[in-house]
Amino acid sequence: MMVGRRSRLNRFLTIELSMLAIIAFGLGPYLWMVLTSIKPEELLFRLPIDYWPEQVTLEHYVRLLSKANFLENMGQSLVVAVGTVCVGLSLSVTAAYSFSRFRFPGRRFLMLKFLVINMFPVVLLIIPLFVVMRKLGLLDTYFALIIAHSTFSIPFATWMMTSYINTIPVSLDEAAMTDGCTRLGAMWRVVLPLCLPGVVATGIYIFITSWNEYLYAAILAGQNVRTITVGIQTLIGEFEIEWGLLTAGGTLGALPATILFIVIQRHLIEGMVAGAVKR
Amino acid sequence: MGMTPRRYRRRLPVLPYVLLSPVVLVTLVIIFYPMLQAIWMSVHDYIIWKPQDIRFNAFAHFVTAFSDEVFWISLWHTAIWISLTVSLQLALGFAAAILLNQDFPWRALARGLIIIPWALPSVVIGLMWSWVYDPNYGVLNDFMLRFGLLTQSMPWLANPDTALYAIILTLTWQGFPFFAVMILAGLQAIPSSYYEAAELDGASRRQQFWHITLPSLKGVLVTAVLLRIIWVANSIDVIYVMTSGGPGYATHTLPLYAFLRTYTAMDFGYGSALAVLFTLMLLGVVVLYLRRAGRDVT
Repeated sequence: MMVGRRSRLNRFLTIELSMLAIIAFGLGPYLWMVLTSIKPEELLFRLPIDYWPEQVTLEHYVRLLSKANFLENMGQSLVVAVGTVCVGLSLSVTAAYSFSRFRFPGRRFLMLKFLVINMFPVVLLIIPLFVVMRKLGLLDTYFALIIAHSTFSIPFATWMMTSYINTIPVSLDEAAMTDGCTRLGAMWRVVLPLCLPGVVATGIYIFITSWNEYLYAAILAGQNVRTITVGIQTLIGEFEIEWGLLTAGGTLGALPATILFIVIQRHLIEGMVAGAVKR
Repeated sequence: MGMTPRRYRRRLPVLPYVLLSPVVLVTLVIIFYPMLQAIWMSVHDYIIWKPQDIRFNAFAHFVTAFSDEVFWISLWHTAIWISLTVSLQLALGFAAAILLNQDFPWRALARGLIIIPWALPSVVIGLMWSWVYDPNYGVLNDFMLRFGLLTQSMPWLANPDTALYAIILTLTWQGFPFFAVMILAGLQAIPSSYYEAAELDGASRRQQFWHITLPSLKGVLVTAVLLRIIWVANSIDVIYVMTSGGPGYATHTLPLYAFLRTYTAMDFGYGSALAVLFTLMLLGVVVLYLRRAGRDVT
């Protein structure tokens, strides 16, 4: 009895308290943003700071949604992100199947090629992409942003899908083919449905990265097509920063990606760490 | 009957290449062609609104870079930026992973909460932390004043001595969940029989950590660190949002300098040359990573 209580106290002091400290650091700035967004304007700029507002208001959110094309920007982000997911997934599925199921000359080279692409500095691509898009008259279009975001979504999707397809036994393809399916039929009817959770997780992760992306969105577009991240950045006024409006924008703009991330984290992380841990 | 499959196998298979061709073609067009364009621009005078003045200048930009003071400042900052950020992320992520691997009632909740920084857009992260660091109404100053750690408000991002470190803290915050998740997965993959055997042999907790935990995690740690070095080196969006490289050149890293040089001066030639130089420097780390990852590709 005594031992149990002491060890529980011990556990609390060593493990749970340190965990709480790390989580406080991890969530603190985020919670502070959310709290700021629901504070009345006059409480924001008062010292000493009230950590817990005695009054709560939605005025910043009302102003945000009535002004500044905020919802329109969210819609445009949605178009870009969905477009990027479609391009990334559709191109990578057959490639991943090929990497997973066949052994052919050049396979290793091509797989490593996709790995290298993922590590190209953004800055090395964003400079020439701007020049190319400008020449083609594509600046400030959905197309430009979807192409730019595909530069990271395609290699990522190819690697993730390859590792998901690897988990499906080859005997299933063979069984489907003895039953009269073609190779592609086996892929489409047997393998893909089985790794659907992996396809969905990959798609959602691409969606999140595209939704969150800022540099390409700011450089290759920003006027006609203004994604949410660029929209939030433009909320910064010329003379003073309206922190209430800005934190409301940040909270709302980050919400879709945050929720999706929490929903898929388990699945996604399994896929991501699989390769690293096996070593 | 017995001959057919063997003969089929000996022929060069066509289908895998057919399945790969769309993605290979697309990446050639949207990634490799632009990259060649960047290399081409790096050896030309290329100011975008002076198309008549585009001309080959051999390696003039690279020579300029080596005598460019800002290049060296940025390079130095890049070194500080990468080494400090990655080691802080690793340390915090390691601690978090070890705690998450213990047994306590709200472990699943803790694991869910800890990855939130990972999910947020860099613009939001930049703004959120700028608000934390605000010289007048920032929560950090308020905290430190209350606890007597400061006697006077500090403009963290406007002070050239603190700006880089303030952003490093922000990026540590953004990146430590990645390490926590990777290391946690590594910890869970260690068979518990190892520890049981060590226990029987009378090994202390500390000995178990040094002789079982660390060696078993080596692979995960090296992979994660290499990946993060590349990622942290490349990430310029948070710096761009928070300080745009300022005050002065206090938060310039090399890729950010290449970016700013390109778009503020519209000097695509010199900007590309800086980007190419940076890529060459990063290549060493990329090759190390590929060597490891390459062993997985069988």
